[in-house]
Amino acid sequence: MAVRVVFVVATWFNGAGVIAYLLLWRFMALAEPESSPGLESAERRGLRSGSRRRFGPKEILQTIAICAIGAGVLVLLQVTGRGISGSLLLPVLVGLLGVAVVWRQLDDAAWQRWMRQTSGWAFAARAAAGVVMIVLAGLYFFSQERGWSGIVDVASAAGIALVGAALILGPWISKLLGDLAAERRERVRSQERADVAAHLHDSVLQTLALLQKNAGDAAAVATLARRQERDLRSWLYGDEAQHGDSLVAALRLAAAEVEDAHHVPVEVVGVGDAALDPDVSALARAAREAMVNAAKHARVARIDVYAESDGRTAEVFVRDRGVGFDPAAVAEDRLGLKGSIIGRVERHGGTVDVRSAPGEGTEIAMRLPLRTTTDQETST
Amino acid sequence: MSTLRVAIVDDHAMFRTGVRTELESSADRVEIVAEAEDVDSAVAAIAEQQPDVVLLDVHMPGGGGLEVLRRVPSSAKTTFLALSVSDAAEDVIGIIRAGARGYVTKNISGPELLDALERVAGGDAVFSPRLAGFVLDAFAGTIEIAQVDEDLDRLTEREREVMRLIARGYAYKEVAKELFISIKTVETHVSSVLRKLQLSSRHELTRWANDRRLI
Repeated sequence: MAVRVVFVVATWFNGAGVIAYLLLWRFMALAEPESSPGLESAERRGLRSGSRRRFGPKEILQTIAICAIGAGVLVLLQVTGRGISGSLLLPVLVGLLGVAVVWRQLDDAAWQRWMRQTSGWAFAARAAAGVVMIVLAGLYFFSQERGWSGIVDVASAAGIALVGAALILGPWISKLLGDLAAERRERVRSQERADVAAHLHDSVLQTLALLQKNAGDAAAVATLARRQERDLRSWLYGDEAQHGDSLVAALRLAAAEVEDAHHVPVEVVGVGDAALDPDVSALARAAREAMVNAAKHARVARIDVYAESDGRTAEVFVRDRGVGFDPAAVAEDRLGLKGSIIGRVERHGGTVDVRSAPGEGTEIAMRLPLRTTTDQETST
Repeated sequence: MSTLRVAIVDDHAMFRTGVRTELESSADRVEIVAEAEDVDSAVAAIAEQQPDVVLLDVHMPGGGGLEVLRRVPSSAKTTFLALSVSDAAEDVIGIIRAGARGYVTKNISGPELLDALERVAGGDAVFSPRLAGFVLDAFAGTIEIAQVDEDLDRLTEREREVMRLIARGYAYKEVAKELFISIKTVETHVSSVLRKLQLSSRHELTRWANDRRLI
């Protein structure tokens, strides 16, 4: 807020505030978006290449454009005679340039280290720059005649002197603030460590204990390991489908339940997503039934589930490469396929296509027109 | 058929051992010529051994698989198959765009891995259902055809069909049977999708990967 006021005030100086604001807006490093703990840790340890921001030709062009606008405004003001005298303009411009450079670097670790040094050549150079600026300000002040313009002179001289003082005192202030921030970070980190420890205790340790108990039972071990993997993966790398009620979230949940109950891995791939209205949740329940059927009857090592929603239609495919069956020969009283899958989806306005042949596996394709056009398109 | 010379690059020794054991059971088809555990040793080993295929972990000390791909000269005849446990869309798309010819997850079975290695060495692309899902997601969208002046920025209808079938869990030969085309044609479509994924400057692609870091 205070920063914005400064910009507004600076606008009085030949519109410099507007330009400075635009430049800062362009160059200030943006806050990095938060990532999941696993990815962040991988980045910290250098296991993956971070997403570094680079300046491309577009950014450079933008900057040139902004500077051109600034120059234009400046010239316009000078020509119309509303501007300030050239002797004042130059120092102001230099000062603004300095401020821009400093602010651009605010988040830069190297710069912070440089700023915090209180000995060595860097400190000497900085102190010298500050002193020179203060002396210049004094000279400037005393060489001017008093008068109507005196007020402006005094103000700008004092301003330059302040900048000089800030350059000298800056390191200590910066260090103080830095220490405070470090302390806060440390506290947050220790809280996070406690969270991690609690999570590991509740999940991984328990699973490891169960694994030891069930060491003789290969199927149980595989299921436990897979469940733990799923849990840990979604915790470490996040899982967009976990928050919010959506088709993909419901399918993942169903897949997890089927995996646990029938010891068959179920792989869910989702493209786009749909909100979970009554129709869509019927679709999800039908898909769950299809997964259960595949897990029970197909005798396979893996089930693939693919869901695609484009805002108008939701489609779910449940596929296995198992023993298959002849759809025409299914007895009328087999409730699983007829009632729980086909009937359910058709009641909600969808269609079901069952494709299977003995020995060729089975695929159940379910299509459902979405009632409301949702904003679930993934890229716009 | 001559044996395939394979290098395993992964920072987990246990995983390397596991892959080696699995692949050595078919020693007539593959030979493991090098192992490496970080970016520097991987680049050195690839330069020295010139393997046909490098099985490349996405996350590794020194900048990850991406860094290896950046540092190996593009003139090398080595191909790369990326492999990871993380499934972060950003990393997967990133490593494919850097030049890997396929992506598989670490829980892939031995025979499947063997197939994937041979496919990559033969110049084809390997798409797991998950990667196919990422691709469909990345190329999904509302760009009007008239707005697209670069063919790289969208999938053809046929390519989309192939990707959807792969995402549904179909193997290449099942895709071929389903669409009444030859396996060779399926491979051509998949390679073409891979090329688009690598070359497309479509800005949605990068933004998509950044927006949905996590899948």
